[in-house]
Amino acid sequence: MTVAQQTPPSQQLQPQSKRRNGRWAGFLHLLGARMKELAREKEVAFWVFVFPLLLALGLGFAFRNKPADRTSIAIVAGANAQNILSLLQNSPQKAAIRAEIVERSRASSGLRLGKYDLVVEPLSTNKVQYDYDPARPESVLSHTEVNDALQSAAGRTDVVATTSVSSSEPGSRYIDFLIPGLLGMNLMNSGMWGIGFALVDMRQRKLLKRFVATPMRRGDFLLALASSRLIMMVIEVGLLLTFGILAFHMRVLGSLWSILLIGALGATAFGGLGLLTASRAQKIESVSGLINLVMMPMWIFSGVFFSYERFPAAVQPFIKALPLTALNDALRATILEGSSLVSQSGRLLILVLWGGISFVLALRWFRWT
Amino acid sequence: MSAAIECRELRKTYDGKVEAVRGLNLDIQAGECFGLLGPNGAGKTTTIEILEGLLEPTSGLVTILDQTWKSHPRELREKIGISLQETRLSEKLTVRETLELFASFYAEPRPTREVLQALQLEEKADAWVGKLSGGQRQRLAVATALVGSPRVLFLDEPTTGLDPQSRRQLWDIIRSFQKNGGTVLLTTHYMDEAERLCDRLAIVDHGQIIAQGSPAELIAKLGGHHIVEFALAGDSHRPAETWQSLPGVDSVRNDDGLVCLSVREPHRTIPALLSKVEEQSAQLEHLNTRQASLEDVFVNLTGRHLREN
Repeated sequence: MTVAQQTPPSQQLQPQSKRRNGRWAGFLHLLGARMKELAREKEVAFWVFVFPLLLALGLGFAFRNKPADRTSIAIVAGANAQNILSLLQNSPQKAAIRAEIVERSRASSGLRLGKYDLVVEPLSTNKVQYDYDPARPESVLSHTEVNDALQSAAGRTDVVATTSVSSSEPGSRYIDFLIPGLLGMNLMNSGMWGIGFALVDMRQRKLLKRFVATPMRRGDFLLALASSRLIMMVIEVGLLLTFGILAFHMRVLGSLWSILLIGALGATAFGGLGLLTASRAQKIESVSGLINLVMMPMWIFSGVFFSYERFPAAVQPFIKALPLTALNDALRATILEGSSLVSQSGRLLILVLWGGISFVLALRWFRWT
Repeated sequence: MSAAIECRELRKTYDGKVEAVRGLNLDIQAGECFGLLGPNGAGKTTTIEILEGLLEPTSGLVTILDQTWKSHPRELREKIGISLQETRLSEKLTVRETLELFASFYAEPRPTREVLQALQLEEKADAWVGKLSGGQRQRLAVATALVGSPRVLFLDEPTTGLDPQSRRQLWDIIRSFQKNGGTVLLTTHYMDEAERLCDRLAIVDHGQIIAQGSPAELIAKLGGHHIVEFALAGDSHRPAETWQSLPGVDSVRNDDGLVCLSVREPHRTIPALLSKVEEQSAQLEHLNTRQASLEDVFVNLTGRHLREN
């Protein structure tokens, strides 16, 4: 009998140096792995961080408030052309008008192509003809402005005395409207793709199944995914706001903590929606379509690039119930007007409801395998 | 000794129609390497995933290490290691990070360094998973199963698609796990793998076990241990009875023109076969003798080859 010499198998299996994992070891490793993956994926850095900055830069310049909205006009060459030009150059509006003398044909084609807003043709010493395009706002504006300039330079006196106050303070410019909208849109994009797409990708690769074949806590897994989103959210918000402040001298009136809290609620709402979208899809192709379908109405209606007030009154309640509308409105009110969180409670409630309801439904339908 | 894995009357019906597993019983002893052998679609993966607690059986009872999935799910997860048929681990994590991640799920994991060493992955420890070869990826998949220091290891087709050298490396790893007292359940459709690795195996077809035993026992059930294969020139087919009457022949099988005799004593059968061929005024085109294999067992039982369909 050699039984006595045999080592019981269970004893042999014990590792040499023991290591014990704490309650949160799994969560911390999952979070760490997710952050490393994100950092190593170049596309993520571009779409999440660089793309919104480029968008803000491009749109910010395209729609910047031009220092003095100079109108560009052509004076048709002829006997009185020089006279008209010097009248305009001596008018009170001279800073706002850029005029040059060109041939008739070049003046007409310039007006047609949008190079000139207005063509002034001297007919005789005391008579001019204006060519303008009533469909182009800047052409209409130029028409009145140049006429005013000519008349007053030639000696017309105004009957009513007026004074004007101009308002192009930071806070009311297009870029100020745009940046909070881009922030909201970015939180939607990265929430939907960062949660929805990532989960289906892991399901398709059978990685979810492999994870649930270990003692991993499923709640820890979802919590780690959500935490990685929140960390990304802080970076996204910080980057866009800093950019707005540095590049466009944007003024942030609300406190950073309120903005981050709203950002967190937004990230949670879209994280929940992403989870719901991804709860059953087996293929990344099908989830991509679903994500776009969910985001489409918000791209159109939620007032990212322009105000949704232009949509008919009948659809306004529907628009205001969308999570991105609530997020954009809350961000704008806080960043641009410094509104308190309490005054935003209705919008924040919308975000909480979207996030909460989709999370509960998602957990019900979610397939790990 | 109590069974490490036990299942009774296991059934799985998909969508109320497709019967993937039809009344399967298994008793796998602790310390044993047990193989489920069968063609694709035989129900091997469904069976192993039910045993792993990843699929709910339609009916039947599963006990792993005297516990059930219903009563002790977490405890069981701590005690078993799993390698699924195809898992694509995150490509942008390194080998070490992947192992550390899996280790963090277990209460008392093995040190990562030790596992890397055991699976010959030390050199690749800091390489991204996306840069690994097929064999290295498969070793990493097994490493993630071993890092929890399991008592039972489930491997679903661990060597499918690997080159011969990588396969042998994995066999060594599985053997050394077993030598240290571990229990292994693996599925395969490779005969040689089953013959070399498994103490016992069950041949599965259409969701049922059609034969069970050690590789030697299963081959012995064929009757003869040797196979004489021959083909006749032209399309001169002869009924099986022509050859059945030869001395020492246990069974005859016609395999697409190739006649396979399973025989006990080839030295008595072959001379008789040659004179029989001459008597029939036919001509031999091919003649070969070899040891019987599990493939012959399978073909004899089902009339089909393992890798068909």
